[in-house]
Amino acid sequence: MALNEHTKQQIDRELSGNDVVLFMKGTPVFPMCGFSAASVQILSHLGVRFKGINVLEAPEIREGIKTYSDWPTIPQLYVKGEFVGGCDIMKEMYVSGELQSHLADMGIETDPV
Amino acid sequence: MAMSAAEIEHLILEAFPDASIEIEDLRGDGDHYAATVVSGAFAGKTRVQQHQLVYRALKGKMGGELHALALTTRTPD
Repeated sequence: MALNEHTKQQIDRELSGNDVVLFMKGTPVFPMCGFSAASVQILSHLGVRFKGINVLEAPEIREGIKTYSDWPTIPQLYVKGEFVGGCDIMKEMYVSGELQSHLADMGIETDPV
Repeated sequence: MAMSAAEIEHLILEAFPDASIEIEDLRGDGDHYAATVVSGAFAGKTRVQQHQLVYRALKGKMGGELHALALTTRTPD
């Protein structure tokens, strides 16, 4: 599945314009998939401001982001433009505290609940 | 649109002959699995890179035929 230039620029713009971006199914308020909901919950628990991008409303991004990161599934978390992982990796990093330290290293404010 | 645990194990073993693999069918629908893959091939790789290696072994089935694979990867102790 090729990633056309227009979609790549769209993704680049979202990533450069927002410190923390979660490509997900649904919205942070109404996640439409269990994995996306779990990812939103982790970020909310950490009190991290993030931009949720609903790939269900942007089919070209839904497929393009998989080529962009060489990662076959949604959700996908990006911090300062860098792919961090999907739901599994977010959970593992959250439990081990690695996600918290990664965010701190990247200068992202958190306000854990 | 589903895969059997044996099919998943076969594809992963093809790519990681030394791997020990545990697969659990989370919902019995052939679409939602959890898998733990232990292989020396993961040495020195980040978690993301380790998972990407496993997804490549699954030859594009991840996200298509296989909807969900809760993946854990490790190098042998």
